[in-house]
Amino acid sequence: MIRLPLVLFFSAVLFSTGVYGVLARRNAVLVLMSIELMLNAVNVNLVAFSQLWHDVTGQVFALFVIAVAAAEVGIGLAIVILIFRNRETINIDEVNLLKW
Amino acid sequence: MVVAAETLSANAIGPGFSKLAWVVAVLPVVSAALTLFFGKRTPGRGWIYGVAAMSAGFVLSVLVLWHFVQGGGAVGSSVAWFTIGPLHVEAGQFVDGLTAIMMIVVTTVSLAVHVYSIGYMHGDVRFTWFYVVLSVFTAAMLNVVIADNLIQLLVGWEVMGLCSYLLIGHWWEERINSNAAIKAFIVTRVGDVPFLFGIFVLIAATGFHSANIQQVGELVGGADVSRGLVSAAAVLLFGGTIGKSAQFPLHVWLPDAMQGPTPVSALIHAATMVAAGVYLVGRMYSVFLHAAPEVLQFVGIIGGITMFGAALLALVQDDIKRVLAYSTVSQLAYMVTAMSVGPAGRDSAFFHLFTHAFFKALLFLAAGSVIHAVHSNYMSEMGGLWRRMPVTFWTFAFGSAALAGIPPLAGFWSKDELLVAASRGHEVVFTLMLLTAAVTAFYTTRMVMQTFLGVYRGHGEPHESPAVMTGPLVGLAFGTVTVGFLGAAFSRAVFFKWVFFEVPEPVTFVPWVATLSILAAGLGVVAGWYVYREQPEPDPVFQLGWFSSLLVNKFYLDEVYMNGIVLPVRDRVSAAAVWFDRNVLDGVVNGTARLTRDLALGTDEFDRTVIDGAVNGVAQTAGFTGGLLRYLQSGNVQRYAAFLFVGVVVLAIVITRV
Repeated sequence: MIRLPLVLFFSAVLFSTGVYGVLARRNAVLVLMSIELMLNAVNVNLVAFSQLWHDVTGQVFALFVIAVAAAEVGIGLAIVILIFRNRETINIDEVNLLKW
Repeated sequence: MVVAAETLSANAIGPGFSKLAWVVAVLPVVSAALTLFFGKRTPGRGWIYGVAAMSAGFVLSVLVLWHFVQGGGAVGSSVAWFTIGPLHVEAGQFVDGLTAIMMIVVTTVSLAVHVYSIGYMHGDVRFTWFYVVLSVFTAAMLNVVIADNLIQLLVGWEVMGLCSYLLIGHWWEERINSNAAIKAFIVTRVGDVPFLFGIFVLIAATGFHSANIQQVGELVGGADVSRGLVSAAAVLLFGGTIGKSAQFPLHVWLPDAMQGPTPVSALIHAATMVAAGVYLVGRMYSVFLHAAPEVLQFVGIIGGITMFGAALLALVQDDIKRVLAYSTVSQLAYMVTAMSVGPAGRDSAFFHLFTHAFFKALLFLAAGSVIHAVHSNYMSEMGGLWRRMPVTFWTFAFGSAALAGIPPLAGFWSKDELLVAASRGHEVVFTLMLLTAAVTAFYTTRMVMQTFLGVYRGHGEPHESPAVMTGPLVGLAFGTVTVGFLGAAFSRAVFFKWVFFEVPEPVTFVPWVATLSILAAGLGVVAGWYVYREQPEPDPVFQLGWFSSLLVNKFYLDEVYMNGIVLPVRDRVSAAAVWFDRNVLDGVVNGTARLTRDLALGTDEFDRTVIDGAVNGVAQTAGFTGGLLRYLQSGNVQRYAAFLFVGVVVLAIVITRV
């Protein structure tokens, strides 16, 4: 039986890693992957608290999040491919047309 | 129009046609409208409407008179007209014997003039318009005659003045004609203003309740109205008479009015309109009777001066129409003077008005026939016409004899009644009337002899006028011979059973008065015949030194008016008015304009700086702020994400703290 604080600490580290990846990486694919990290950190939390309260709702919700994340990655990668085809790059610093 | 007819008499005779007197006044209005709108498209250029209306009006008038011949009483009816505060004014008719007689006079003379004008005005440029105004005039005069209240009477009175103005100036292309029209209009207006105020005074005397003539007449005799008020009203009303009936000192317009076409002179300036002033005094006679006695004395003095003065002026005229004009002034003054001697004089005055209308209209129309033939107004260019124009001569001779007062023509009988009325205690009036009668006979004889006897002194070959002109002459001559017997004592004087003031006066034939009257007339005629039997050149009336120049210059009244009133008004007052207009009124107007302009400029400045400044300032501030804020929209997704996380953290902190 793993103790709850350890799990929460793990999920916090995972989330922070994801945040760092979203804010700092230049590669669009890696940004998407970092978003996956953040979502999975949330999933970990949901499952952990579900275990704690003996309530299955959290686990059901985690399944939903996984499904939504899969759809999100599908769309996100499609956008990245289209950007690459147009701009020959996937550096999101250079994708800044929508500005003042 | 007739809503409530009420018979004012206790007589058993019904109102008959007298209820329909107003129709006679409406007929000329209809004919005027028809002539105006369809006249030029009608064969004969529109005279048919006026003649038809006058004929119908004449027949109806005779039927109205028939009611009084049978001994009927006065008939009145009216409808509500308008209300001002407590004053309810009704439009309506009041028909008594006097009204019926006046209707006969107006329709007869108007019919004669309408027919006569077909010939006299033939080929005139404004022929149709002439008939329109003739009809309007007749309507107005009939309205005056049948009016049962003072305001309705005033309306007709003023419309007559307008028509008079229009017809005197009918040939306005010549300056002298339009000047005469303006003079007539303005001089009569001088009298109309007091008349208007007289009406106000009488309405005030009723307590502002009524303008009805009968009510006013009954009221002034009562104790409620002060004598001073009644006297003031009488004097003011008489002002209207002085203007309209051309009495001294406002008689100056009538001789000049002869510039109008001769039929107009016959209708308006001899028989009807100028008689309206006399009619007014007679209709409002109870006001004059209940005024202070000085008022009637004043009426007598004015009438006396006019009567004798105008007769003298007629002596020296060369223009045949001006002789007749002064004669008209003089004869009207006879009536006015007779008004001053009491109810008997009033009735005699109306009898004289009645007969005078016939013979004076006849004289004017006959003079018009002569002028038509000779193409001149001047008797010095006439003479010897009796062979060439027999019908005109004989009718003119009858008219002249009536004017001179030769029995048994109409003028003798009516003048006799006037003299009889004056002979009862009015010696001065009586003497003056006799003197005037002699002078009248003299100038009438002079006129006839200068025009028709001796040798012809004019140009061309004068011919008798067409039948359409001589027909009315014969008709009026018939009237001149016959109507006098209506009032003669030996033929029972039926006229005075129709026309009387309150009670019929007994009519008596006074032999010594008649003898004096015939003597005066005969003296004038014989003297006239003696002086003019040889047609002396130059005319003796111009050989009397200062007296002739006094008369030729019309007592210098025109000069007095010109230098005393017209020129000062024209030169000084109008100059002052121009100065006031240029400096004060224009100053006010220009000042207002300048003030408005300055205000507008100030408003414009305020609009540009303050209002526009505020609006632009707001816009600029918004634009500047937006310019600053737009740099947040960097297009960098990661920067947005960073803001998002910072925001979430801040929210989390805030929520957990709270």
